Amino acid sequence: MTDITKTPRTKMRRSSKRSIGNWIVLTVIALAAAAVVFPFIIILLNSFKSPADYASGNPLTLPSSLYFDGIVNFWNRVNFPEKLWNSFFISGMVAVLAVIISVLNAYAIGIGRVKGRISLILIFLLANMLPQEVLLYPLYSIFRAIGLYDNVWSVIITFTVIQSAFGTYLLASVFGTFPKEVLEAAALDGAGRWRTLWSVVVPISWPTLGVLMVFFFIWTWNEFLIPLTFLISNSNQTVPVAITALQGDRLMDVTTMSASALLGMIPTLIFFLIFQRTLTRGITAGAVK
Amino acid sequence: MTTLEQTPATRVASPARRSLTGGASYWWYLIPGFTLLAVVIIIPLFWNIYLSFTDYRGVVAPEWTGLSNWIRLFGDERFWLSFRNSIAMIIAMVIVPTLLGLVIAAALFDVVARKFGPKVASFLRATYYLPQIIPAVVAAIVIGWIHRPENGALNELLEMVGLGVLANNWLGDPNTALFSIMAVLIWVQIGYPVVIFMAALERVDPELYEAAEVDGAGWFRRFYAITLPQIRPETFVVALTCTIAALKVFAPVYALTGGGPNNATIVPSYYTYSQFFQSQQVGYGATIATALTVVILAVSIIFILAQSRVERADQEGR
Repeated sequence: MTDITKTPRTKMRRSSKRSIGNWIVLTVIALAAAAVVFPFIIILLNSFKSPADYASGNPLTLPSSLYFDGIVNFWNRVNFPEKLWNSFFISGMVAVLAVIISVLNAYAIGIGRVKGRISLILIFLLANMLPQEVLLYPLYSIFRAIGLYDNVWSVIITFTVIQSAFGTYLLASVFGTFPKEVLEAAALDGAGRWRTLWSVVVPISWPTLGVLMVFFFIWTWNEFLIPLTFLISNSNQTVPVAITALQGDRLMDVTTMSASALLGMIPTLIFFLIFQRTLTRGITAGAVK
Repeated sequence: MTTLEQTPATRVASPARRSLTGGASYWWYLIPGFTLLAVVIIIPLFWNIYLSFTDYRGVVAPEWTGLSNWIRLFGDERFWLSFRNSIAMIIAMVIVPTLLGLVIAAALFDVVARKFGPKVASFLRATYYLPQIIPAVVAAIVIGWIHRPENGALNELLEMVGLGVLANNWLGDPNTALFSIMAVLIWVQIGYPVVIFMAALERVDPELYEAAEVDGAGWFRRFYAITLPQIRPETFVVALTCTIAALKVFAPVYALTGGGPNNATIVPSYYTYSQFFQSQQVGYGATIATALTVVILAVSIIFILAQSRVERADQEGR
C-alpha cells in the first residue's frame, strides 16, 4: 500500500532521466518476453475452442464460446486425477527421502570431515552427471528380479539416489561452513552426534533443506525417461508420461491435443506460483555456491 | 584411529571438539546413502560397461564378444550422426541461450531495473523463466502442437500474414525437423542463464562501474571490461551444466520425431533407447550409452581444467 502512495513522485523523478534509448531497450526486452509467453497463450486460447471453432477462426482469435469438452475428454481419457496422484506421491516421497539421505551424507562429509571426503564428493557428483541410459538396462533387470518393475517404488528409489547425490554435494559445502561454536555448545550440553544432528544442525539449516526439497520435488515431477521405461501399466504412469502416450492418437482432435498440453503445464505452473521466491533463491544459490 | 594419535594435546583442552570432528563413527551416517548409491548407480554403471562387451538380446544370458560392439560403433554412421546432432543441441541449449542470456540479463539489470523499477525487471525475469518449470516433454508437446502439419498454428499464422508459401510439415521434413527441436530447446533454456546472470550482476561491486564511468568508458566498454570478467564463474557453471544437459537430450526427440525423419533428429540418448527397447540390441545400446558417458566426463574435465587455468592466469595477472 505504501508503495502506491510513494510511486507518483519517484516515477516522475525516474522518467525525467529516461532516454529514448532506455525505452527502446525496454521495448525489445518486453517483446522478447512476449515471444516467450506466446506459445502459452496460443495453447490457452485454443484449449477452450471446439474443433469447428478452431477450424473457422485462426489460432489467435478468442474462442467464440467457452468449450470444455476437450479438457473434460482428455481428463477422463487418461484418468488425470490418478496420474496427478502418482506424480505427487513419487515426487513427494523422493523430495523427503532424498533430503534425509543428503543430510546424513553431508553430516559425515561436511561436519564429520571423514577421511577421503573429496573423493566421496566427486563420486556423488559423478552419480548426478551420468546419463540415465547407462543405468537403464541394469536397473530394469534389478527391479524385474526383485519384483519392483512397474511399481512406483522403483522410480522413487532411483530418484532418491540421483537427487540425493546432488543434495550431498551441495549440503556438504553448506555444512562445511557450519559454526563450530554451536556444535561445541551442543556437545558441552551432553548431546551426542545423533541428537546434535536432529536438534541443532537440521533446524538451523532448515531454509536450505526447504529449497532442496522444492527442487527435488519439481525435478522428479518433470522426469521422463525412467518413469517411461519402468512404469508401463497405465495406472502407474506419471503426468508427463501419460500426456505423451496419447500424442499420436488419431482419435484426439486438434483442440483436445491443445488441452492435453494445457493440463500438462498447469500443475508445475501452480508450484511455480507457490514457490517462486524459494525457486529463484535456490537456482542462484546452486550456481554461485 | 588416526584421531587417537592426534588428540592427546587437544583432548584436555576441549573435550567437545574431539567428539565432533574426525572419528570413525561418522562413517555410520554414510551407510544408507552409500548402500543406495552402490545398488542404484555404481553396480549398474559397471554392469552397463560389461554389457558393452557382450551380445545381449535381453532374453538369453549375455555372450562375451570382446571389442566387436566397439568396432561396430566406430564404423556406425548413425552413431556419428547422433553426435553431430548433439552439436546442434549444444548450439540450442548452450551457445544461443548463454549469449542471449547475457544481453537480456545486462539489459534488465542496467536499464530496466534502474530506469523502470526493480518490479518490472523481476516480472520480466519470471516471464523468461516460465518455460523452464514445465516438464521438457510438455514443452515439446506445446511447440509440436504449434508446428503440426494440418491446420497447425504456425502454418495458419504464416498464411494470415501472407507467407503461406512458407507453410511446411515442420517436424516431418528432414530439412526443418532438427530446427523445430532446437526451437523447443532454446525456448525452454533461455530463462536459466537470465536468472543466473542477473544474480551474478548483483554481486559485482558498483564502484567498479562508477570508476569506469568517471574515466569515460561507454556502456559496451564497461560490459566488456568489467561485467564479462566479473561474472565469469557463473558463465562457466551455466556453460558446463547446459552442455551436459544438451548431450543428454531425450524427451523432446522422443515426443516429437522419434529420431526421424530418416535419422535427421537422432541423438545419442534416443539411439541408445531405441537399441534397448526397439531393436532389442541391449549390448550395442550399452556401448552407445558408455560412449556418451565418456564424452560427458571428458567435456566436464576439459571445462573444469579450463576454468582453473583461467583463474590462475587471472591471479598471476594481478
